[in-house]
Amino acid sequence: MARITLDHIAHSYSGKPRSEDDYQLKPLQHVWEQGSAYALLGPSGCGKTTLLNIISGLVIPSEGRLLFDDTDVTRLPTEERNIAQVFQFPVIYDTMTVAENLAFPLKNRRMPKMVIDRRVAEIAEMLDLTRDLNRRARGLTADAKQKISLGRGLVRADVSAVLFDEPLTVIDPALKWELRSKLKAVHRALDLLMIYVTHDQTEALTFADKVVVMNDGRAVQIGTPAELFERPEHTFVGYFIGSPGMNLLPAKVNGARAYVEGHGFDLGAAYPGLIEQSRVQIGVRPEFVSLTAAEGVPVQVRRIADLGRRRLAYVDLAGHPMVATVPAGIGSLGDRVNVKIDPAQTHVYLADIRVQGVAA
Amino acid sequence: MIDKPINNRAWFFVLPVLAFVLFSSLIPVMTVVNYSVQDTLGENNFFWNGDSWFRDLLNPHTTIGARFNDALFRTLAFSFVALAIEVPLGIAIALCVPRRGWSVGISLVVIALPMLIPWNVVGTIWQIFTREDIGLFGAALTGLGLHYNVTQDAVSAWVTIVVIDVWHWTPLVILLSYAGLRAIPDAYYQAARIDGASRWAVFANIELPKLQKVLVIAVLLRFMQTFMIYTEPFVVTGGGPGSATTFLSIDLDKIALGQVDLGNAAAMSIVYYLITLTVCWVFFTIMTQLDRRRDA
Repeated sequence: MARITLDHIAHSYSGKPRSEDDYQLKPLQHVWEQGSAYALLGPSGCGKTTLLNIISGLVIPSEGRLLFDDTDVTRLPTEERNIAQVFQFPVIYDTMTVAENLAFPLKNRRMPKMVIDRRVAEIAEMLDLTRDLNRRARGLTADAKQKISLGRGLVRADVSAVLFDEPLTVIDPALKWELRSKLKAVHRALDLLMIYVTHDQTEALTFADKVVVMNDGRAVQIGTPAELFERPEHTFVGYFIGSPGMNLLPAKVNGARAYVEGHGFDLGAAYPGLIEQSRVQIGVRPEFVSLTAAEGVPVQVRRIADLGRRRLAYVDLAGHPMVATVPAGIGSLGDRVNVKIDPAQTHVYLADIRVQGVAA
Repeated sequence: MIDKPINNRAWFFVLPVLAFVLFSSLIPVMTVVNYSVQDTLGENNFFWNGDSWFRDLLNPHTTIGARFNDALFRTLAFSFVALAIEVPLGIAIALCVPRRGWSVGISLVVIALPMLIPWNVVGTIWQIFTREDIGLFGAALTGLGLHYNVTQDAVSAWVTIVVIDVWHWTPLVILLSYAGLRAIPDAYYQAARIDGASRWAVFANIELPKLQKVLVIAVLLRFMQTFMIYTEPFVVTGGGPGSATTFLSIDLDKIALGQVDLGNAAAMSIVYYLITLTVCWVFFTIMTQLDRRRDA
């Protein structure tokens, strides 16, 4: 049980970084609070596994300090850190039964047999492994093997944190939901700090209290799922979270009004001083752009995607592709329609970073 | 089910191989089978002799039977000793070979060197190396006051043959084990560190089980080769002193080429061959069956 502090942690695999590009993980300052569930979300190669391995001690960071509560553990070997980690692919000990696999981390720490047995039974119960406890682990399916790996990660009651490195990659979609909600339940029951690495936003947003979105070795935003959705601080977050992602259009912003290729519309706030800037974009999620028969910004419809519960229109705003919602009740559409953009949900980005507007 | 086209013309692709195997193996072997059931009184006149060569060979009360028994026991003992040293030693060294960096290539080449030396050269090297007057090894041991003489002392001769085989062929076990170890994903070692496993636990629960398949191959190869050992005793000890290092192959050579006793030699060849085949088959079957049963 601990609070984990990243104090300007940075890492470069090449040893001597010369420019910022040489860092696989760029300097990061963050505190992971005891009892919370975090997700590290980002595309492959963004540095999320590196960050996880730094916390568990499999990788020693080239810069910065790592604190567990107030103890500096930056250079402490993994086995002395009191960390549990579950890997992407199931790791099981071939020669052992399921029960022995689950007991292994406890046995290595010389816990009394009674405690081990009770703990193994509890975890097996939680993960539905009770029936298989006395079977040899090797003959089981990939799903079951990964459950054993998860079990080994959760079996130690006293760990500072449990780290998951895309643990559900090999699991069947149907079982994924079940396991994810199990993990969530386990998190609530055990009151542990959990850090969960994934490139799947659904997984991240359903599992975590707070999500760290990473891109290119940088933590671009740390926030609750709602914050990431409603107020992406970086265009990458807007684009990466949500399906489909946020519409980003190059624009000229003059006070509380934006112009995309001459088509003007209102913003929810005023943005003084941006008129001279060239790298300005406005971002608005497809959920807040809707086709309308009334007045609006004229667009050309490319195609309609019917997702069952909702319909999306892929449109063209003066040469810039964007996605809009087709409101229920609108039947056949012509080629040329208008869109209405919700000013309150429209954000302005300068060089990919969100600009805070002032009340108009 | 997918309907597979059946085309008997595919056999034409296999025929050349069958012809090759016929000439390279079957026909030469048949001459041996031929000799094993015939006898001759000279002049190249052979007549049918039934199974009496085999009955003599397998009866320990006949001269040839006793001789065969002794040689068989010696050969099995040699295989056992050589394997008992080479397999654990090979695994132990493989564990110490670096896994990454510039030293990998150098280590592997140095380890593989003995295997690249031809058999009879190995014999000659060691024959000179072990001479107690001018050989470095022999002279050193004699200088230490040890009674070491390959041509006169049975223990010296045995130790020497075993040391040669270990030196020559442990590299094979090392290379096979090393390949097996390299095939283990890093995640296993990382998980073991997270789980707080000791070095021994990592070996017993991860490395050894993952090495099982290559070790079966290593043991099979090493058994076959040690069971057929020929050149080293032939060059270094000549099968002596007395008959201390007269292994089956050496004895067979003496009977067939020294005494031109073709009937006995042929029967012995066939029994020798069948023993090798049976041991390998039994070993392989047991190992694969064990593997399968453990999964159930």
